[in-house]
Amino acid sequence: MQFLLAVEGAVAQGLLWAILALGSYITFRLLNFTDMTVDGSFTTGACVTAICIANGIPPIIALLISFVAGGLAGGITGFLHNKLEIPEVLAGILTQISLYSINLRILGRANQQLLQYDTIFKQVQRLFASIGLELSSDRIAIVIGLFFVILVILVLYWFFGTEIGSMIRATGNNEAMVRALGQNTEHTKFIALIIANSCIAIAGSLVGMYQGAADVGMGAGAIVIGLASIVIGEVILRRVVAFGSKMIAVVVGSVIYRIIVALVLQLGLSTNDLKLITALIVALALFLPNAVSKHNAKKARELAAKESQNA
Amino acid sequence: MLKIENLTKTFDPGTVNEKRVIDQLNLQISQGDFITVIGGNGAGKSTMLNLICGVYPADGGKIILAGSEIQDMPEHKRAKDLGRVFQDPLMGTAANMQLDENLALAFRRGKRRGLNWGILEEEREIYQKRLARLGLGLENRLSDKIGLLSGGQRQAVTLLMATLNTPKLLLLDEHTAALDPNTAEIVLDLTDQIIVEQNLTALMVTHNMQAAIDHGNRLIMMDEGKIIYDVRGAEKRNLKVEDLLRLFQELSAGGGPSDTMLG
Repeated sequence: MQFLLAVEGAVAQGLLWAILALGSYITFRLLNFTDMTVDGSFTTGACVTAICIANGIPPIIALLISFVAGGLAGGITGFLHNKLEIPEVLAGILTQISLYSINLRILGRANQQLLQYDTIFKQVQRLFASIGLELSSDRIAIVIGLFFVILVILVLYWFFGTEIGSMIRATGNNEAMVRALGQNTEHTKFIALIIANSCIAIAGSLVGMYQGAADVGMGAGAIVIGLASIVIGEVILRRVVAFGSKMIAVVVGSVIYRIIVALVLQLGLSTNDLKLITALIVALALFLPNAVSKHNAKKARELAAKESQNA
Repeated sequence: MLKIENLTKTFDPGTVNEKRVIDQLNLQISQGDFITVIGGNGAGKSTMLNLICGVYPADGGKIILAGSEIQDMPEHKRAKDLGRVFQDPLMGTAANMQLDENLALAFRRGKRRGLNWGILEEEREIYQKRLARLGLGLENRLSDKIGLLSGGQRQAVTLLMATLNTPKLLLLDEHTAALDPNTAEIVLDLTDQIIVEQNLTALMVTHNMQAAIDHGNRLIMMDEGKIIYDVRGAEKRNLKVEDLLRLFQELSAGGGPSDTMLG
């Protein structure tokens, strides 16, 4: 029973963090850009929402402001990379580290409680209660998580099918071709970074509201969690090729990651071990497909050798 | 159509590797010219094409395309008037995207890309017709990822992409060098066919001297960043590979071994 409750919480977390994973998917997989901004823009999303809510701004507006703030963060990484010609990884790291100070400035201190304020989660909970449905906060989070995940997937599905969205996907494939076809690749990278980090900030905003607090340290390792979700999704749904299914795989990966974490915690490990466990999961998820294909190749070679012996 | 005046480019200036790849180059191309470009390794053939496209800026000189100077324009703006096919079949297409998606990207070369849907249903019919004319059976594979095609097929698709929106100038940079002889022949024939059908102006770099003689109406030979030989019409058609090798030995600065031409 206790584990079932933990799974419910894990699914809720998984769906909220899936939005971050979808953002990372845009840069890491579609644009083929190693964007390190994530840890910073996620926290920015949470901090902006927290400070807005604490100052009496309606939660949904706070979420929208976080969305814009995340886009700005991505835009800065794009500017550093495009205009100052800083390598992509370093550009992201520079934004990320400067966001740490900026997030402290936004909050005015290291953390901001939201328990006494209204959030989207409490609003939706009341809404359900008013029609006679008393849902636990985890179930509310699942409803809200699902809503935003579906919304983000629909918007991204549309956008990456448009002319400019197609060009962003092509940029991730082959930059030289994109320029030869008359598209400025600085623009495609800039737009993709903005959209990705806007999504990531939405995740930060929702996670902050769900936890009832924003903390300047809450984004540490977020990038690895996003990557873990992408890789787990790819390992589990290996055969999907369509863009929509690939995004769903990312969401599935994010939920499974959280369930693995819940399992591990049930086994008695402490939350302090989580970062180590996350790194191990990513390493394993990256290693396994290679190991399997190498093993298969070896099998095939042995089989071929046998056949030639028999022949 | 295209006029190049005193074009100069030096790689790694101020270092021990300093090399003047294009040296006060002058070239005038008329509308409808199909020029083959030959020369040894390091003669500056590909560099000349890259300078026309704006892959990197020239150090000096002018490039005038259809009356306007383009040497200071960024690469993606020049692309409006230029169709390009690269030596590497992987360079011209997006491997993880579908065949029709790739063509749709090319269909919009030189147009502003916005939030309209990336590919329209009626376009697919155009693509099917154009692909059918390549004679490679690709018209039934519109939704295949380009990565599944062979090198020759990809190069044929790149050629189609470069000419889908009629370019003012088509630039072919050894576009058959990475293909097996049979496939190279097919792609070369397609090149001829497309250039004739659309009445294109084209520059084709090649290491295959027989192809340089057989295709196009004009031939130029480059050496050390300059044009050392320029021939057209009947005189070109009557050339033989041996003539070209002899000419290269006579005219090139080093008078170097002629087999570098074959490299």
